[in-house]
Amino acid sequence: MTSLFEYAPAPESRSIVDIAPSYGLFIDGEFVDGTGEPFKTVNPATEEVLTEVSAASEADVDRAVRAARRAFEKTWGPMRPADRGKYLFRIARLLQERAREFAVLESLDNGKPIRESRDVDIPLAAAHFFYHAGWADKLEHAGLGPAPKPLGVAGQVIPWNFPLLMLAWKVAPALATGNTVVLKPAETTPLTALLFAEVCRQADLPPGVVNIVTGAGGTGRAVVEHDDVDKVAFTGSTEVGRSIARAVAGTRKKLTLELGGKAANIVFDDAPIDQAVEGIVQGIFFNQGHVCCAGSRLLVQESIHDEVIASLQRRIGTLRVGDPLDKNTDIGAINSAEQLARIRELSDIGEAEGAQRWQPACELPDRGYWFPPTVFTDVSPAHRIARDEVFGPVLSVLTFRTPDEAVAKANNSTYGLSAGIWSEKGSRILKIADQLRAGVVWANTFNKFDPTSPFGGYKQSGYGREGGRHGLAAYLKGADQ
Amino acid sequence: MTHVLDPDALPGATPAVHAPLPPYDDVTRSDSAFRGFLHGLPGVDQVGAEARVAQLGTRSIKTTSKAWAIDTAISMVDLTTLEGADTPGKVRSLAAKARQPDPSDPACPKVAAVCVYGDLAGVARDALAGTGIHVAAVATAFPSGRASRAVKIADVRDAVENGADEIDMVIDRGAFLTGRYLDVFEEIVAVKEACGDAHLKVILETGELKTLDNVRRASWIAMLAGGDFIKTSTGKVTPAATLPVGLVMLEAVRDFRIATGRQVGFKPAGGIKTTKDAVKHLVLINETAGPDWLDPDWFRFGASSLLNDLLLQRQKLRTGHYSGPDYVSVD
Repeated sequence: MTSLFEYAPAPESRSIVDIAPSYGLFIDGEFVDGTGEPFKTVNPATEEVLTEVSAASEADVDRAVRAARRAFEKTWGPMRPADRGKYLFRIARLLQERAREFAVLESLDNGKPIRESRDVDIPLAAAHFFYHAGWADKLEHAGLGPAPKPLGVAGQVIPWNFPLLMLAWKVAPALATGNTVVLKPAETTPLTALLFAEVCRQADLPPGVVNIVTGAGGTGRAVVEHDDVDKVAFTGSTEVGRSIARAVAGTRKKLTLELGGKAANIVFDDAPIDQAVEGIVQGIFFNQGHVCCAGSRLLVQESIHDEVIASLQRRIGTLRVGDPLDKNTDIGAINSAEQLARIRELSDIGEAEGAQRWQPACELPDRGYWFPPTVFTDVSPAHRIARDEVFGPVLSVLTFRTPDEAVAKANNSTYGLSAGIWSEKGSRILKIADQLRAGVVWANTFNKFDPTSPFGGYKQSGYGREGGRHGLAAYLKGADQ
Repeated sequence: MTHVLDPDALPGATPAVHAPLPPYDDVTRSDSAFRGFLHGLPGVDQVGAEARVAQLGTRSIKTTSKAWAIDTAISMVDLTTLEGADTPGKVRSLAAKARQPDPSDPACPKVAAVCVYGDLAGVARDALAGTGIHVAAVATAFPSGRASRAVKIADVRDAVENGADEIDMVIDRGAFLTGRYLDVFEEIVAVKEACGDAHLKVILETGELKTLDNVRRASWIAMLAGGDFIKTSTGKVTPAATLPVGLVMLEAVRDFRIATGRQVGFKPAGGIKTTKDAVKHLVLINETAGPDWLDPDWFRFGASSLLNDLLLQRQKLRTGHYSGPDYVSVD
């Protein structure tokens, strides 16, 4: 597609990151080789191998947990809460200082556009550390009992969609409440977690407080099932979440799960249409749709369906798909070949089931994993693309006639992580929000995150909350423990 | 309620009737119908509009695209002087600058128009003869618009007779803010008629309308009444041409063309002082109304100091180093 006003390439330089040829695990404050089979991590935009990463075996995980236990008992646990806060503030500042390095590395390893890693992921990750640093010496005022106590060692497993941000969501509250952690980043995106390990050293964080064990599912299982882990926190697929819940059942371990979603984004006929269209785009195409709370089901009132779809298609036509490191890129690469295959499969099923597929004319790079922004219209609630989480840039459009029908259709999902409401009528927003069974409800916006705001799901989207005062509770002993 | 469209018309004469383009030809049939139509336009969420322009503001326009943007922006400038102290000499010097913005580089494009008060339009016309540069004049008791309609119409006729081929009028914000939308509409219709062949730019003075909902409604009034351009501001009120206001007005001209087939231009004026501001506006057009508006026939910058910054940036791209303010002419 040629245009009068072509934007010349504006690539962010990757010279700021220095990727080593291989990486070890981060255990007890040291980088050590793992004893599992090492694996490669690739740049999904080019399929270039970035580096080789150690995989942690059960024995490695055991070492990490023992280091975490020692740190909990000897240094971090007994430390004055205000001092723990100082470390967290220091980490937060280092994340800010090294923001560009983190952003470039995140885009290289994950495939997300630099605009998003630079403007969303990294600033929010730093914000989570700043926010929780402030809580460290004020926990007795959090309304969670007069002297809340940490749990001990937290085993944390995070996904590949927001690698550093999910790390921050897990590590910051755990440390602020006095716990130590063993964290396993996703197999396809380990690099920013390993850079974070370097930041922990730079901040002089006592050894063993943060341990990072890279690897695939087996490593994750070893973390979750380790006897000396007191708390398990997982973000990822509902399928894996279910097996973790089974593994943890009957143990003393506390568990929080943040799983999938199939959020309804409800647009009423009195909505601010132009901003709603922006919100729909932001809801489903942000981070290539690799967002558990993505607004993947658009519920639009029948009376404005055609107008909204026409505006939406025009707007999608202006999205720039391509090099994640180009500052003008809106949509980057799909994170892995496996995920791309799943998106393709579900899209094909959508078409086979009778929904209409629409994609803008856009050129995709020859190499790497790419999928164009896609809209399905004529979707019925019985279609799989209206029920299954695609976790990609694929929007399913459904319609409704009345507010009751909108609520019924929005709630007709096995998930319940988030929802959006678009209306200029405040009373309607409040009433509908009250009826939606979703952990987060956005009004006239979508995919907005803040460390002060709790995040979590209903139904198969998981349980427990992360962020805000509620998120602290997941890392503290209740009055009965 | 009767509306006198032509102040010279005798009592009892049939007033000129102007119906908007289909499918909106019946929306001005009564005050209540027009109010219902304007308030039925989709609302604007201020927070969302600001977020959108902030996101577009991060577009990185470099090298060849920056060079294209600077030249395009220069060719879209309505080089403006609107001071009580304006003299024929000042206008002639501005006209000279308009013809040849950068004396050191003949390849530098000329600007789109020179914008002056109506009494000096003749001086501008003479100084610009044969250049293809338009002469724009502000009229209708600019900038406040507080005068009787007869005076405003006379002001317009005077400017056109003096040689202006573009008229920049101000809407009656008092009427708008008291909800007399038909009065605003009919005044624009009357001014358009008085313009004859001259192009009409309708200044909404968005800094006085305050809300983006008002900006959208006023944009639609101006387009329905036959305005050729909608323009943000007089430059005498702050804030003037902000990006969220530009976004809403560009959405308006886009939606109006989709509905009626008629393209209306857009002119932000006031407050755009740097190349960076100008490039942000070009990006905003490109990704809101679309490339059809990336043309001096459909987009103008109302500006004075902007031109020199564009020239300095242009020299920087050409020579590789920054020069100083002494390398462009003072007006």
